[in-house]
Amino acid sequence: MAATTVVTSPISQIADATRVSGHVEASRSGIWVGIFAIIMSFAALTSALLVRQGSGEWSHIVIPSILYANTLILLLSSVTMEMSRRALAKSAGVTAWIGITLLLGLSFVAGQYLAWRHLAAQGLYLATNPNSSFLYVFTGMHALHLLGGIAVLVYLLGRVIGGYTSLRPHLLDNTAVYWHFMGGLWLYLLFVISTRL
Amino acid sequence: MEQTQPQSVHVHAPPEGFLWKYVFSLDHKVIGKQYYGLALIAVFTGMILSWLMRFHLVWPNAKIVGLDLISKSGAPGGVITPEYYLSLLTMHGTLMVFFVLTNAPFAGFGNYFLPIQIGAEDMAFPRFNMMSFWTTAAAFLVLVLAFFIPDGPPISGWTAYAPLSAVGSDAGPGLGWGQNLWAISIGLFCIGQLLGSLNFIATTLDLRTKGMTLMRMPICTWAWFITSCIGLLAFAVLLPACLLLILDRMAGTSFFIPSGLVISDRLQNHAGGSPLLWQHLFWFFGHPEVYIAILPAMGIVSHVLVTSMRKPLLSAKVIIYSMISIGFLSYMVWGHHMFVSGMNPFSSLLFSFPTLTITIPATILTLIWLGSLYGANIRITAASLFALGFVSMFVSGGVTGFFLAQPSIDIYLHATYFVVGHFHMVMGVAAIFGILSGTYFWFPKMTGRMMNETLGQLHFWFTFIGTYCIFMPFHYLGLVGNVRRYASFIDDFMPALMPVHRFVTIAALITGAAQFIFLYNLIHSRFFGKPATDNPWDGTSLEWSIPSPPPWNNFGGKHPVVYHDAHQYGVKGEKGDFIMQDSPETAAG
Amino acid sequence: MGKLFGVVLAIIAILSAYPIVAHWYVQPVDISTHGHAIDEQLADTMAEAGLSFLGAQLLLAFFVWRFSQRKPGSRVWNIPGGATLMVAAAFILVGTEILALGVLGQKAWANVYFTPPKPDAMQIQSQAGQFAFYFRYPGVDGKFGPLHPDKIDEGNSNFFGLDPANDVESRDDIVSAELDVPVNREIQLLMHAKDVGHSFYVRELRIQQDFVPGLDLAVHFTPTQTGKYEIVCTQLCGLGHYNMKAYLNVLSQEDFDKWMKQKISEQ
Ligand code: HEM
Ligand SMILES: [Cu+2]
Ligand SMILES: [Cu+2]
Repeated sequence: MAATTVVTSPISQIADATRVSGHVEASRSGIWVGIFAIIMSFAALTSALLVRQGSGEWSHIVIPSILYANTLILLLSSVTMEMSRRALAKSAGVTAWIGITLLLGLSFVAGQYLAWRHLAAQGLYLATNPNSSFLYVFTGMHALHLLGGIAVLVYLLGRVIGGYTSLRPHLLDNTAVYWHFMGGLWLYLLFVISTRL
Repeated sequence: MEQTQPQSVHVHAPPEGFLWKYVFSLDHKVIGKQYYGLALIAVFTGMILSWLMRFHLVWPNAKIVGLDLISKSGAPGGVITPEYYLSLLTMHGTLMVFFVLTNAPFAGFGNYFLPIQIGAEDMAFPRFNMMSFWTTAAAFLVLVLAFFIPDGPPISGWTAYAPLSAVGSDAGPGLGWGQNLWAISIGLFCIGQLLGSLNFIATTLDLRTKGMTLMRMPICTWAWFITSCIGLLAFAVLLPACLLLILDRMAGTSFFIPSGLVISDRLQNHAGGSPLLWQHLFWFFGHPEVYIAILPAMGIVSHVLVTSMRKPLLSAKVIIYSMISIGFLSYMVWGHHMFVSGMNPFSSLLFSFPTLTITIPATILTLIWLGSLYGANIRITAASLFALGFVSMFVSGGVTGFFLAQPSIDIYLHATYFVVGHFHMVMGVAAIFGILSGTYFWFPKMTGRMMNETLGQLHFWFTFIGTYCIFMPFHYLGLVGNVRRYASFIDDFMPALMPVHRFVTIAALITGAAQFIFLYNLIHSRFFGKPATDNPWDGTSLEWSIPSPPPWNNFGGKHPVVYHDAHQYGVKGEKGDFIMQDSPETAAG
Repeated sequence: MGKLFGVVLAIIAILSAYPIVAHWYVQPVDISTHGHAIDEQLADTMAEAGLSFLGAQLLLAFFVWRFSQRKPGSRVWNIPGGATLMVAAAFILVGTEILALGVLGQKAWANVYFTPPKPDAMQIQSQAGQFAFYFRYPGVDGKFGPLHPDKIDEGNSNFFGLDPANDVESRDDIVSAELDVPVNREIQLLMHAKDVGHSFYVRELRIQQDFVPGLDLAVHFTPTQTGKYEIVCTQLCGLGHYNMKAYLNVLSQEDFDKWMKQKISEQ
């Protein structure tokens, strides 16, 4: 069942209701399945970290404090993402909320970039030591996935600017699921980074 | 109340223009054929590489005309060097496992028939689908490019064990850009397969037509579905592993490289990595990959058998549950590839047990196929012969698994030709038989023309007898202790075994040559074959309810309604001894 | 064609099994104390797997021979017992096989890996590198000098990277390209990889163990017959992999002492 109410429009001759709801549901399944695969990838990376740590030659590094600020930004963006969903239901202010979410997402990525610069200034590059390798891999992979979400937000924003009717609510819902997952994943990574690296 | 907007309807207009119709097509049928075509190119390439390997093993000094044109350093004057043997080995293994066994039975046939069998117009995400194929095709090109660079293809085998694969060109030829290309190719391949698996899962879960409950899906639909679940997990692990390998190679990190290595008299500037970590990550993917190859073949074979036997399998449910448990167990056994790797010896025992346990569902499957034949009326066609051949191969390859599942025996047999014999039978040849069976079976649906049955059966006999002649002796060689991945056999006892090797090589040349009968049949029938009816084999599943070849939107804009499972054979139906899934009639008696 | 399939398959099955039954291809003699357990396990497995192989192939051959291409419209029927029978058979057949082989058979594994070497076992270090094995004996002091990878210098035969100038323990270490051992004496082989992964495989010893870079492993065994045996590398290690071998010389105690004396005098 598609959980959302939908604007009435002429139904194309081919479409039948179950079929369309099938596609709505498929895209939701798709998101969850994708999330599952991403979890699996990061689980593999985590186990690599644990094995690597077990093999000694491990010295802790101080993680850049800007990461905590970035965390706040990302969490905030989850809130604004929820606001955009509400706005869509009320058909008011969607553009603004999606725009804000997008900006916050971009500032998170920019913040991560600053963190890398900060590490580099300390002489910590990707290959310097195991901790820095994992730090860059974790943050880099997360940022890459987040950029995927940002790309979708840009697309959605284009849709909204083109008029509310052309924004399918389930699209926004799915993006929100992914976006929240990115936030959750980041919290997990931050935990791993701050306790292990 | 369900109401909808027109935009939500995913249906795409019939594509126009060559590029959109055949190249960047969003149609799952075209994409399925593209995957199949890619696999066909890969399998013939891989086969020719295996010819070269076999040739070199028994006639090491023979000149192969023209080979020096492809690689001057690898085959100076046409004579294969030991390192080029390893390049051929690596490329053969990689092409076969990734680009043949994953592409054809799963991505190829799956793409073509899964949506049709569940009554859908297309995959859930046609754009992802197109991207997934082109990512895979790019991966193929990147891999094959390795043949044409000065460095040559990598020599570290399809398993690419670190640190050999991680330290770069100091360790030998092909380990510079050759290995880089390999790692990039496999990384791309993972992305393609992840997109594909995601698509398969969402499609199966949500796009089934009215009446198509999960339990009414044909067995091969189930097999593709289970495979995509396995693939999602497996490739999601291989992808980061490849990423780490690439970083070790190109960015100087040390995930898989420990300190103190002296290679080519140079102390390597790495520290603290773990070579076993690569093995764990690789085999965590690698073992399930074996099932990614074989499960779709099992599905196809069940589908062909049930149609050929004219009676249902003893229990479709049991087959499905067995496949699910195989998929599940396949994630708990990866360590059986690492018994002598220096892993904790207690882990070996822990891995041995689920490995032995997995033979239970595998045996159940075999017994169900076997038992179902009893009392049947088997129609012998090229398709059913290959399906029966699959069962035979699966048994032959399966029983040798018993040896290798036991760590104590593996001490002796590990890395011998016994292993080569085992995996070729159970994964390589068996899955190839599944692909061939599916090809003869579905070709009429896919092209609207029949394949030549005589040539098909001729092809079967060559292939069936030939593969036994090639791979059975491998087991004997392994029992004596003949080591694998050797470019020449200089061990003391080898002269006595060379006649066996010569026999195998000759068998391989003949069997390989017979594959050109198939290729000819495929191409010739595509253009000149007898026109096919909609349902040439009296099948029950939905693909047989639509024209051959199917129109671009499969069901012509209608939605089939399903009343039965796909096993209504041996009954009194309107059209004969079967009832189609979308026919409202009920079985009389 | 169905009949032909049955006949061909039956022939294939029997021909495949024949070389095994006729013992054409058997493992080379076992010269270890633990090997007979492995061989027994292998023989038991061969019997069970061989029977399963023949049974299944011949059944398949017979069923296809008997039940193919009958008259169109012939009555079809199911095997009595149906799927339940098959599932039960699988559990019983394979279940007992797993118990018999899998569980009981782990003893052979335990013999190799869970019995620690006796304290008087002779320690020898083995180093695998592209594409040669080297062996090091601790010398009179019974101690191995430390390794310095940066000191490795093949040109000057410093294969292990020893530094006798600074390490007293290294001075009397004996390095050899062959593994000479006394018969009936337990040997503990300390395994060290110089560059990439390799493996130590002696068929007659029923020993195979990888060398893993960065992970120093050990195996132990007791050779029981004098003679010269091949040590081969079984882990793909590069272009000379096929050519990477050494010899295990199992000597009588006298010969071994003589060999040792000569090695010491060569230093
Ligand atoms: C014409 C049929 C084939 C022949 C004659 C053949 C022959 C060979 C030979 C001679 C080797 C090298 C053995 C060694 O030196 O260790 C090999 C390796 C291999 N083959 Fe095949 N093969 C054939 C088909 C296949 C198929 C269909 C597959 C698909 C699974 C396959 C997968 C592999 C793999 C994975 C390896 C291991 C590569 C490695 O060690 O890295 N082969 N094959
Ligand atoms: Cu496996
Ligand atoms: Cu080697």
